[in-house]
Amino acid sequence: MLKYIGRRLLYMLLSLFLIITATFFLMRAAPGGPFSGEKQLPPEIEKNLNEFYGLDRPWYEQYFDYLISIAQWDFGPSFKYKGQTVNDLINNGFPVSFFLGMEALFIAVGLGILLGIIAALNHNKWQDYGAMVFAVMGISVPSFIMASFLQYVLAIKLGLFPVARWESFMHSVLPALALATTPMAFIARLTRSSMLEVLSNDYIRTAKAKGLSKFQITVRHTIRNALLPVVSYLGPLSAQILTGSFVIEKIFGIPGLGSHFVLSISNRDYTTIMGVTVFYGIILLSAMLLVDIAYGLIDPRIKLAGGKKGE
Amino acid sequence: MQQIPKEMFQPASVDLSEAEKISKPSLSFWKDVSIRFRKNKLAMFGLVLLIILIFMAIFGPMMTPYDYRTNDLMNTNQPPSAEHWFGTDELGRDIFARTWYGARISLFIGVAAALIDLFIGVLWGGFAGFRGGRTDEVMMRIADILWAIPYLLLVILLMVVLEQGLGTMILAMTITGWINMARIVRGQVLQLKNQEYVLAAQTLGASTARIMFKHLIPNTMGPILVTMTLTVPSAIFTEAFLSYLGLGVPQPLASWGTMASDGVQALQYYPWRLFFPATMICLTIFAFNVVGDGLRDALDPRLRK
Repeated sequence: MLKYIGRRLLYMLLSLFLIITATFFLMRAAPGGPFSGEKQLPPEIEKNLNEFYGLDRPWYEQYFDYLISIAQWDFGPSFKYKGQTVNDLINNGFPVSFFLGMEALFIAVGLGILLGIIAALNHNKWQDYGAMVFAVMGISVPSFIMASFLQYVLAIKLGLFPVARWESFMHSVLPALALATTPMAFIARLTRSSMLEVLSNDYIRTAKAKGLSKFQITVRHTIRNALLPVVSYLGPLSAQILTGSFVIEKIFGIPGLGSHFVLSISNRDYTTIMGVTVFYGIILLSAMLLVDIAYGLIDPRIKLAGGKKGE
Repeated sequence: MQQIPKEMFQPASVDLSEAEKISKPSLSFWKDVSIRFRKNKLAMFGLVLLIILIFMAIFGPMMTPYDYRTNDLMNTNQPPSAEHWFGTDELGRDIFARTWYGARISLFIGVAAALIDLFIGVLWGGFAGFRGGRTDEVMMRIADILWAIPYLLLVILLMVVLEQGLGTMILAMTITGWINMARIVRGQVLQLKNQEYVLAAQTLGASTARIMFKHLIPNTMGPILVTMTLTVPSAIFTEAFLSYLGLGVPQPLASWGTMASDGVQALQYYPWRLFFPATMICLTIFAFNVVGDGLRDALDPRLRK
């Protein structure tokens, strides 16, 4: 197990290194220097700025400096907002995004599993068809379209929820629902098919033969095993919710890291784009690693890659 | 017990030639798949929807006298009417014409991304799987490491740096998009390459390339087709997503994504400007998903639940 974690950690670091390197060089290749704006700066000031940010030094020194500062959890300055660092943006914005993401995650996982279980237990009945049609529709509607739809119908037309901004729990309901729709539909389908697979196993027949109640069979024998694929889906799910939040936060005017990121894209604020991308990369890769380790711990049947075959 | 008279018994004559007779016409694999696919009502509905969408993408712009880029500042933000079937946008451009013109761009992006993924994925996965051993190990490790890079982040990054346009967008989508296809092809090839017919072909002196393209790839067509069908909607989704971030195709080109993201700004007063492109995005993703699922079930009925 330890060997497995070590191996995974190594690959994660490699991927991360690739992300940082790619981001660094892509941003250097980006058209326009960091200070090119509408107003032409006097050459002395530009020279001073370049010196201050170390931009006059050769690229490899800048690159290694960047690697070192990332390792020290320093994502650098923002070139468009004087006096603000990317760390400030992350500290201000990420808690908001995290709260929103967690709410969406709970909705997606909770409702998705519930729907999947209801569908599987009523296999080929109307509940099953209803749930699956609902799931296909959920997968077909992108989160940003769902967001506009919810905003228009529930907030603007019916006035049940606030239209935008981030002030109370009520403000978070619509964005979280919009973020959760597609993953929820995915989880519902995943849970249903894995429930059906588990239900066809011999040990379920044994449990029935022992005379256990339907409730006990479902809760103690089926769901526990059927949820394994859902656990492995949590990694991609967190990526989906995180990237989904870019647009959702913009639509609902939420001051999270996602909307900072979108703003820095439209301002072409390259250092912020770079810093936030690397930060997201770290968050997502760690989430994937955690999910993989958790999966290995939960399911004793799979021998983790890294152990010998046939053990 | 009742006595049964012997006369009631009759010898059952077995005509041995009858047993060998084939009573049903033999079906090729693809005929079988098509029969199963046609029984799936939802998938057939998706297919019909898809045909209608493609038909409208080709002929839609010809059905109206307006084109997608002509401004008409006297008639901005008109609601749908007999004159402008889907209304007009903030520059007075006809949304009906723009929607179907945008359909061409969105569908083109989706199909182009799927085809490039197919090309790279089949070569990479096929080669890794067929060679096996160290080659396979190294090639798949590279794929794993690339795979771990969050897809949308990479796409956004490339779109920020490179010049905006259709080609850039397709490039950004396919740069790690092929990995999924490569994995699926590799898995299939690993399974198939130990079959007797491959050994037979090798014994007959067939070259590696011939075995790959004549024997192995045709037999993995099923999963490849399903993966391609499911790549298209995800590319259309990505295109719309990028447009929302302001990284879509440049004006005055229309794609569903740019139209929808423009429409969002005016949602409160002119909802039809979002409604039409958004509905088309959803319908297209729905149709491709349903057809893909239907194909998967039809190709491998064991998986069907």
